This record gives sequence, structure tokens and C-alpha cells, in this order.
Amino acid sequence: MTDENADQGIPAPEGAADIIDTDYEIGQDNIDGQVGPFGFDIHNPVFLVSGLAIVAFVFYTLALPEQAGSGFTWLFSTVTTSFDWFFLGAADFFVIFCLLLIVSPLGKVRLGGADATPDYSYIGWFAMLFAAGMGIGLMFYGVSEPMSHFSSSFGGIASEGGVRTDWAPLGGAEGDAEAATRLGMAATIFHWGLHPWAIYAIVALALALFSYNKGLPLTIRSAFYPILGDRVWGWPGHLIDILAVFATLFGLATSLGFGATQANAGLNELFGVPINDTVEVLLISGITAIALVSVLRGLDGGVKILSEINMGLAFLLLVFVLIAGPTMLILTGFVDYLVAYVQYLPGLANPIGRDDVNFSQGWTAFYWAWWISWSPFVGMFIARVSRGRSVREFIICVLLIPSLVCVLWMSVFGGVAIDQVVSEGYTAAQEADLPIQLFKMLDALPLAGITSLIGIVLVIVFFVTSSDSGSLVIDTITAGGKVDAPVPQRVFWCIFEGAVAIVLLLSAGGLSSLQSMVISTGLPFTIVLLIMCFAIWKGLRSEMKA
Amino acid sequence: MFKKILMPVDLAHLEKLEKALSCGTELAKTFDAEIVYAGVTTALPGALSHTPAEYAEKLKAFAQEQSTASGVRCSSVSQISHDVSIDVDNALLKSVEETGADLVVMASHVPGIVDYVWPSHGGRLASHAKISVMLVR
Repeated sequence: MTDENADQGIPAPEGAADIIDTDYEIGQDNIDGQVGPFGFDIHNPVFLVSGLAIVAFVFYTLALPEQAGSGFTWLFSTVTTSFDWFFLGAADFFVIFCLLLIVSPLGKVRLGGADATPDYSYIGWFAMLFAAGMGIGLMFYGVSEPMSHFSSSFGGIASEGGVRTDWAPLGGAEGDAEAATRLGMAATIFHWGLHPWAIYAIVALALALFSYNKGLPLTIRSAFYPILGDRVWGWPGHLIDILAVFATLFGLATSLGFGATQANAGLNELFGVPINDTVEVLLISGITAIALVSVLRGLDGGVKILSEINMGLAFLLLVFVLIAGPTMLILTGFVDYLVAYVQYLPGLANPIGRDDVNFSQGWTAFYWAWWISWSPFVGMFIARVSRGRSVREFIICVLLIPSLVCVLWMSVFGGVAIDQVVSEGYTAAQEADLPIQLFKMLDALPLAGITSLIGIVLVIVFFVTSSDSGSLVIDTITAGGKVDAPVPQRVFWCIFEGAVAIVLLLSAGGLSSLQSMVISTGLPFTIVLLIMCFAIWKGLRSEMKA
Repeated sequence: MFKKILMPVDLAHLEKLEKALSCGTELAKTFDAEIVYAGVTTALPGALSHTPAEYAEKLKAFAQEQSTASGVRCSSVSQISHDVSIDVDNALLKSVEETGADLVVMASHVPGIVDYVWPSHGGRLASHAKISVMLVR
């Protein structure tokens, strides 16, 4: 790197590729060798520090479950109550930034160079980014979130000493079923629509840009090159990557925990399998074993095929619920809920001066932290399969289409469940625990046995794809951006993710321990994301000149 | 007997390939065959190259170097894969078909217990290629 480059952050374009000129060689800090029959090629110190810290964390949680449990609770409430404005404001900023990129001339830049062609068809690409991005969450919250917001809105506002104690979004809609439905659906769409996908799009775009167009390794730190220069190859970069590994691991473990509890609940509903820790541990272990097979089959033979199967199954389930439920009501609801979303968006997205504290802190801030902690994982995965798309095409596809699909999904599953309560007085889903609500809703429709089974299969396959793609991503980060590191490393991470999910699920707090870890890694990563936006802007501008 | 010998090479680990390389060269001299050096790379920047084109250039330079040293006619072929560590065998099979090679000479390790469930790249290539495969251990 020359002095001139240091001033500009990104060096002047060199021909069509506009590769950043750095002395760093991918893999230069790696150590490789052989343990028994298995080869390894890992980044020192990212692999060692993150690996050891996570092992230490697991042992601490197992050894002192009570102390760890209360620590987790404290963390959760501190981060969500003190930094809710920060999460909300940052997420709003990401959405605006993405929308601006779509309309600006920078949207013309093609990822992978001006002449690059896409590696995957739209369907394969879309299936993968969708399965990686939301998967289990859609199954877990598809019915339960609209239902929760509907119920709390319907219940209206309650306050104690000037502080609201109810969980209703905004002002609620006491006693008005129609308004409560609209508000509940708008709040759900808010959590699953533009905001999460904008978060993913930013990380994915930064990674794809700095890797495909600038020739830097595929790790989170590369996006910081315009700001830190060659220092990203030292400790500042190590820290960013280690943080990304933590966020990814805990984000994944949370989803795996959700998946395991829901699969267990579903099996209980269908076959009377007991709901307890043993079954959940067995489920996590069994599903991790399936994920291993998928890992060994690689990106094209494993994740891609599974994602496409899952898309097909999810689509079938969606169409079935749409037809078996009150079809016309759902379809008009879809449009109505979108309108409600736009109508309530300014209020829901407002980061300051909120009086619906339980909702904005307990739901929105947690969600934003969760999406952000997932962003290195989903972002890197999206980046890896997005080469050859233009920035505009990329953002439209990553931001708008998944958002619309989420709206549709929530309208169908949530809409049917709420309608069961409002017009049929069927309250089994409303009263059930979160993981079981989906199955209770399906119960009231025909062919419940088959659809519930499909539901369980979907949860399991989403679990497998998350675990598989997660291993791929963590492996890439801990191998210093090498994408051709020995396969046993991926196997190691795949097993490790399952293990972390198991110990946290068994710890005192159960799922809430997982959630606390997610939001505490999400907070520092939000800052990382904000800086990334600046780097993207700089990087794209230098591409325009190329 | 053989006209075109395909030799898979990993430019990052040339030191491990010496035996296989010289074996291939000798065979090529004996049969007056051409050697095609085959490599597999990703679209992502890696340790060896930033782009697939840069990788192809490096492989070509390697082939020319070998040709100058041994006097055997050499060329190169490279494939792009999304997931090299897993797909390398399929990519090499594709190179075999594309180049019309009639013999593969490649380095492999001595099989151990792991190879029963997880065969080496050479092992898998030998099982699936339609042409002769010589593994140099």
C-alpha cells in the first residue's frame, strides 16, 4: 500500500477489477498441520481465542448455572432497557441506507466485476438466502407472534406508577378486534420485514463487495479496510472477526434451541413424545448428525438441495393453510396488513420517547439484536452465493422480496390463527405455549396429522440448513477467509454449535440464557454494522470510477 | 499407449507433489504424451490468487515452467467451484472430460482407517473416472 492509498482508504481503481493492493496474503497468519488422520488450516489467533473462550463459557455455565443464569437475566434487561433507542435508531438507518442505494447510481456496480455472471439461478439463490435468513424463526413465530401482539393489543393499556406494564405495541386497541388484528399484524411485519433484511443486506453487501470486487479475504474484517488500512490484518481485525464468531455461534444456538423445543412440542402433539430435556438433547444431537452429512456433501450437494426442498415444503404448507383457512379473508388481509404496516411504521420505528416500553424493548430491541447477531452468518452466506448480481438487483432481491414473502407468511399463519379466535372462538392456539401454537392452529384445520408432520419436518430441515451453513461461515472466518480449508474443521464447528445449544438449553435460564447471549453480542456488532455502511459507500464510489 | 496425461496440482502444496510430478513427466516422455495440469479454484479471493483469471494465469505459468524444464508439451486447465474442499473431485472429473485426457496421474496419501468412510480425492477419482488413474503414494 502506498501513502496515497492510505489517505483515500481505498486505492485508486486498477482496471476493471479494482482490486485493493495490500501486502496481506490470505492465509498468511494461518497454521496448518495434522491431528491424527485429520488435516487443519486455521487462523491464529482467531480460531484459538474464539474456540477457547467459547469452551470456557460453556464450562462456566455448566459449573455455576445459578450464578450464570442470574447474570444472563441482568444482561438481558440492562442491554434492552439502556440501548433500545440505539438498536431502533440503527435499524432505521440501515433501511434508509439500503433504499438510498437502490435509487442511487451506485446501484449499477456489479458484484464480482463488471462482466461477472451470477453463479446461481434466481430460485436456488433465493431459496438459500431465505432458508439461511429466517428458517426456524418463521416456524416458531409465524403463529405465535401475530397472536401475541393481537392479544396484548386487544387487552389494551395497563400502567402502574406512570409506567406501562402491558405488552401492547404503541397505544394498543382495547376491545376492538379489527384494530387489534391490524396493529398486531403491522407489528409482526415490522419485525420480519424490511428491517431485518436491511441488516442482512448491509453485511452481505460489504462482504461481497470487498471480497469479489476488491480481492480481500471473505471475513468481516475486510469491510474495515477503507477505515483501518493494513491494521485490519492485526488485532483490530482479529477482534472484529472473533466478535463475529461469537455472534454467529450464539445466534445459531438460539435458533437451534427454538427449533429443538418446537420439534419436541410438535412430536408431543402428534405422537405423545414427552417434553423434557432428554428428548431435546437427543433431537439436537440427531439433527446435528444429519447436518454433518449435509456438511460433507458441500454447498451445492447439501445446503442448496435442502433449501430447495424446504422452499417447496414451506410453500405447500402455506398454500394449504391459505386454502383450508378463510381464503378470501387472508388475501384481503394481506393487502390490509401491508397498509397497516405502512400506516403504523413511523410509530413502530420511532427510536425515542416511546411509552410502550415492554413492546419496544422486549420485542423490537430483542429482535434487532437477534437479527444483528445473525447478520455475520446470514450476510456471509448471502455474500457467498450472490456473486454476479448488481448492487441494485442484490438489494431489491435481499430486501424487498423476502420481506414480501414474510408478510405473506405471517398474514396466512397469523391471520388464520387470529381469525380462529375472533370469528370461531377457537382459543387453543392463543392459550398454548409459544412453541406449540403453530400445531394448535393446524389442529383446527383439516388433515392436521399430515400438516403437523410437515411442520416438524420443516423445523428439522431448517435446523439442518442453519447448522450446515453456520459451520461453513464460522469455518471461513476462523480460517482467515480461506474457503477451501480442510473439511474436518467444518465438522468440528457443526458439532460445536449443537453442543453450545445443548448446554445453554440445559442451563438454569434455558432459552432465555440463549437470548441474553444473543443480545449482548448484538450490541457491539451494531457498531460494527454502522461503520460498515460507511465502508460500503466508499467502496462503491471507488468501483464507479473503475 | 497414452496421449494426454491429466495431472491435478495444488499450487499451494507443490512440495508434496514432487514424486507425482516427476512420475507424470517420465510417463509423458515414454509415451510422447502431452501433460495437462489441472487445478480447481473458487470465485473468491484465496491465498494463491484474487480472481479465477489470476489463478488460471498462475497455472499456465506453472505448466510452461514444467515444459521448459522437462521438454514435454504441457498445458493447463482450471475449473471454478463454489466449494472446493468438497467438490474438487467432481471438478477434476469435468476437466478429464473437457480435455479428453486418457490417464490421470495424481498424488495421494497412504490410505488409513478414515479412508473407509471418507475416501481420499485420488481414491474417489479412481472410482468415478472412466479412464485410467494412477495414484502416486
